[in-house]
Amino acid sequence: MDTVPADGLLSASWLLIALPLAGAAVLLLGGRRTDRWGHLLGTATVAAAFVVALACTLQLDERQVAVDLFTFIDSGSLDVRAGLLFDPLSAVFALLITGVGALIHVYSIGYMAHDPRRRRFFAYLNLFVAAMLLLVLGDNYVALYVGWEGVGLASYLLIAFWHERPAAATAAKKAFIMNRVGDVGLALAIFVMFAQLGTVTYEGVFGSVGLLAGGTVTAIGLLLLLGACGKSGQFPLQAWLPDAMEGPTPVSALIHAATMVTAGVYLIARSAPIYDLTETARTVVLCVGAVTLMIGAIAGCAYDDIKKVLAYSTVSQIGYMFLAVGLGPVGYAAAIAHLLTHGFFKAGLFLGAGSVMHAMDDQVDMRRFGGLAKKLPVTFVTFGLGYLALIGFPFLSGYWTKDAIIEAALDRGGVSGWVLGGVAVLGAGLTAFYMTRLMLMTFFGKARWAPSAPGRPTPHPHESPSVMTAPMVLLSIGSVAAGFLLVQAFPLVEWLAPVFGEPEEAEHVVAPALVGIAVTAVMALGVLAAWLFVGRREVPVVAPERVSVVTRAARKALYADAINESLFMRPGQWLTRALVWVDNRGVDGAVNGMAAALGGSSARLGRAQTGFVRTYALGMLGGAVLVAGALLAVTAG
Amino acid sequence: MNSFPFLLLMIVVPAVGAAVVAALPRGRDLLAKQISLGVSLVVLLLAVLATAAFDTDGDRFQLTSSVSWIEDFGVSFALGVDGIALVMLLLVGVLVPVVIGASWDDEPVGTRSMTVFFAWILLLEAMMVGVFAATDVFLFYVFFEAMLVPMYFLIGSFGGPRRQYAAVKFFLYSLVGGLIMLAAVIGLYVVSANQGEGSFAFEVLNAIDIDPDVQKLLFLGFFVAFAIKAPLVPLHTWLPDAGAEAPVGGAVLLVGVLDKVGTFGFLRYCLPLFPDASRDFAPYVLALAVAGVLYAALLAMGQSDMKRLVSYTSVAHFGFIALGIFAFTTEAGTGAVLYMVNHGIATGLLFLVVGMLIARGGSRRIADYGGVAAQAPVLAGVFLVAGLASLALPGTNSFVSEFLVLIGSYPTRPVFTILATVGIILAALYVLLMYQRTMHGPARGLMDGQGLAADAGEPAGPAGGTGATAATATATATATATATATATRTRRVPDLSRREIAVVAPLVALILVLGVYPQPLIDLIEPAVAATVGDVGGDPGGVVPDVDTSGAETEAGN
Amino acid sequence: MSLTHYLVLAAILFTIGAVGVLVRRNAIVVFMCVELMLNSVNLTLVTFARATGTIDGQIMAFFVMVVAAAEVVVGLAIIMSIYRTRRSASVDDANLLKY
Repeated sequence: MDTVPADGLLSASWLLIALPLAGAAVLLLGGRRTDRWGHLLGTATVAAAFVVALACTLQLDERQVAVDLFTFIDSGSLDVRAGLLFDPLSAVFALLITGVGALIHVYSIGYMAHDPRRRRFFAYLNLFVAAMLLLVLGDNYVALYVGWEGVGLASYLLIAFWHERPAAATAAKKAFIMNRVGDVGLALAIFVMFAQLGTVTYEGVFGSVGLLAGGTVTAIGLLLLLGACGKSGQFPLQAWLPDAMEGPTPVSALIHAATMVTAGVYLIARSAPIYDLTETARTVVLCVGAVTLMIGAIAGCAYDDIKKVLAYSTVSQIGYMFLAVGLGPVGYAAAIAHLLTHGFFKAGLFLGAGSVMHAMDDQVDMRRFGGLAKKLPVTFVTFGLGYLALIGFPFLSGYWTKDAIIEAALDRGGVSGWVLGGVAVLGAGLTAFYMTRLMLMTFFGKARWAPSAPGRPTPHPHESPSVMTAPMVLLSIGSVAAGFLLVQAFPLVEWLAPVFGEPEEAEHVVAPALVGIAVTAVMALGVLAAWLFVGRREVPVVAPERVSVVTRAARKALYADAINESLFMRPGQWLTRALVWVDNRGVDGAVNGMAAALGGSSARLGRAQTGFVRTYALGMLGGAVLVAGALLAVTAG
Repeated sequence: MNSFPFLLLMIVVPAVGAAVVAALPRGRDLLAKQISLGVSLVVLLLAVLATAAFDTDGDRFQLTSSVSWIEDFGVSFALGVDGIALVMLLLVGVLVPVVIGASWDDEPVGTRSMTVFFAWILLLEAMMVGVFAATDVFLFYVFFEAMLVPMYFLIGSFGGPRRQYAAVKFFLYSLVGGLIMLAAVIGLYVVSANQGEGSFAFEVLNAIDIDPDVQKLLFLGFFVAFAIKAPLVPLHTWLPDAGAEAPVGGAVLLVGVLDKVGTFGFLRYCLPLFPDASRDFAPYVLALAVAGVLYAALLAMGQSDMKRLVSYTSVAHFGFIALGIFAFTTEAGTGAVLYMVNHGIATGLLFLVVGMLIARGGSRRIADYGGVAAQAPVLAGVFLVAGLASLALPGTNSFVSEFLVLIGSYPTRPVFTILATVGIILAALYVLLMYQRTMHGPARGLMDGQGLAADAGEPAGPAGGTGATAATATATATATATATATATRTRRVPDLSRREIAVVAPLVALILVLGVYPQPLIDLIEPAVAATVGDVGGDPGGVVPDVDTSGAETEAGN
Repeated sequence: MSLTHYLVLAAILFTIGAVGVLVRRNAIVVFMCVELMLNSVNLTLVTFARATGTIDGQIMAFFVMVVAAAEVVVGLAIIMSIYRTRRSASVDDANLLKY
């Protein structure tokens, strides 16, 4: 489908980015003057952006609309324009970002009410929304890259929001650095595109990518994948995401669950025309997805920190999405659908976790929770709905979208189809296990509440204010209904057809109904197992020490941090120290040594200047004799 | 309007200003500052007007003027600018008033009066304008060497504890390069004299053909001087010393402008005058450049002294610039020139903020700081902006230039580009490590009023024992951190004052504006770069890639 | 008397002067030895002038005498003032200008 210039309201779609950006600018530059109403402004700009997004989407009418703004970089044969592309795919993302974003802004009004830096929090959130919208709305890879690093910055600022805590500061830095590793991949992919095709716009690249050699396309695909892995916390760059939970919980909900971390999926889906041409790169995407899915699910089973469990769950769910996009045309729409429903229920779960923490004096250790269902009824119900949606309880959101992915994986056929389908089904079981464990430890059983720090009172849980519960309720409605709406009522596949092409009727290896039943059965097994291991017994307040090797490994997230440390960090530190030594002693030493040698030799030559006239006279005489001798030798010889 | 002597005035005005300021009696510091600021603003105005008078579609050199100077040797006082020189003049025009504003309240370290400081700054400005505006190689050489004198005194009279050492090292290093260049300049004259009338005029020299072997020698003569100035690894060791010991204002001009003379020289003299030699030596230069990117970035991480750290980051950035220049493509060259401007702004800001932090804490050691963000949020914010610009985050000016350099170099030099791209990870590391250690975490070290007397003024030794110092610093930090948990803070870090905000605001604004809308500068730079690229045999129109249609069969069919 | 005799005499005189400069400590004596060397050169110049029949050598000899006279004036004044301040005319005592 051809891209047409924007008209009407759509030509104002730059407002989507400008509104939150203006909000961020006002809040950051306004200083303390804006303290009193800053959070309201921040929320209002995102809500307004949502209205704009909605209006634009309604006007879109299955077209791809381009909005050309201004020349960004034009030099030689490189011409990068600041332009937007509003098509069904970016429309879906814009709605998700502004919609969930607005809800989380509202929630943050309550959650951050007592923080003296609330205004800055909203400024950063607005900055994030603006950058994320640029990421999904840009019409070329450079604009995407700008947004890509922009969300990285916002993520850095928000993870380190409580920067007095060293853990938060370190986590923020780690997130930024690991993202940068991915960014190098994305940047190199752009370089290759420019070198080979002379353009970086989606339209230009997709139009001529078919002319490239297969190896080059594969290289581009793999480099893009590296970028996607960094941003989305996928293997081997997954270790930063759980640490990012040091940030305030609304941040975890918006950035590290619903939107930013799914940017990798967006990147691959957006680059579908490239991946369509390279089986190799797609296979790698599949493998990354499958591996991450399992890593996340296994680690999620072992952690006691409620936010970290949710974080690993996010890692695992994004693994599902990668698996789906790796399947090629059949999977793109399924991945986006799962991304959307995941956005709803995972954001809802995080907000619920935030509500629990709010009630429990900011504790995160689930072993210190228990019996909260009665104290926090609204949180319990909304969280519970999100939980059911996540584990794929029949006819809730996750059921529809996750099943679609598992079906697509099985439909691939052959050994790889069975392996991938099996992994996906197993992942569903593990998901059910760790989420049920989380539910049981948090909301059921006996209360195991304790003071958060020596000297603090034992918390008296109370329900959060309505400014926090209202977004949770709305998101839980989304987690219940979104799946049905997106898969059955208004199929996303058809809405996205202009981008990904008309869906083909797949030949099913296993009947969909059968898959549904099997997945539900595995899920039930997972729930049952969790009840057997956790629900039946008293939860120990301190994590048991004598556990199996598997548990031990899972508690360390399969040693990802240890590997990174021993492979990169320690050698890096050693190298740095060695180089500092080399530079000071070797390179600078050579220069200083030369200076010292010159100085030393001049001092030694200076010794010849004894101050005795006779010595000088002898020198003159010797010189004269030498000259005379030389002259004689020349004339005589 | 074109006959208006902008360039001459831009040299004469600050030079006269310097003489006036120097002649003021002691104790008239305020008047000296006001005159200096006024003069530097006039220069900025002249630079802006000159830009307005410059026609991007016109001749390569514009605003030219030429007065015969030493007729016997064909030396003339010839001035003129192309787009490259013009943006450098703009940079000079912007940075000098900022530096004067930043040094407004500085106390002299020795017996020298601050009026002298401002006089030297103005004289330096005149020299810097001259070096960029000269179109006569001999005149260029004169300014190139004369520029050392004010800088020598700025470092040697107003610098840190080891200022004498740093000033002498700076001077000797530069002088060695300068003398080698002098030999090459004379060689160039001899070559031109052998082919007709001897001349030092750039346009005459550009037109003559030089024997490839002679080219190599002359190229090396110029190259070594510029590589010391720029500086490229392994000729960089003077910069960390000079940058760390120079007063903040001097450091900004040193790293922001003076060093750019090196990369400017590559573009203006090495490439067009010695195209064959440039092509022959390009792989070696690129290797040095990329080595510099990675090596200096790693070194920056290992520094315990903030100003040394910033100096090392500059060495890494100069690697990027050299990469862009020696890739011989219009895109990369344009990016490199833009990088020169952007680096001046970004690193200038970084030096200023670091200086403001040091003014508050009285120590250059990173380990002496911690948790500043909580007490001085504006300072921390500006620090972060400067840091992000230094690591080339999109949205800041440096991104545009770094991106242009890399994307423009990739088509011709993929391997070097890939290696240099890895440098952006290291850039993130050294910036964020420094930011985290000074700004984040609990207040500690000097920032909670403890250990001030013990550490203040103690020169930070060379980072040989980094590991040990860092370890002890962390130990004390944890100890003091627990102590402050209960104790009330005795000493708060004041946030930026109005004057300081006024100083950094223009640079922050430039960083953001040029990050979003860099095209006007690119339009200014590109024609000159394209001409240069044409001189060395590249395609001035860009590395227009022909889409490779031979490999049409892809895996799609499988 | 052939040319050689004059030249040998001049060489002997020059050698005596040179050795005197090198081995004697008294500034006055050193000074005299310098004069001896100058005059031996004068002798050589005049000898060659006579032998070649031109007057160039004799003119040069006059120049040397003039310079030597001027030198004596300045040199003796220096020696006098050093002697007044240091109570010594030994050249080895005036060795501050070294290194």
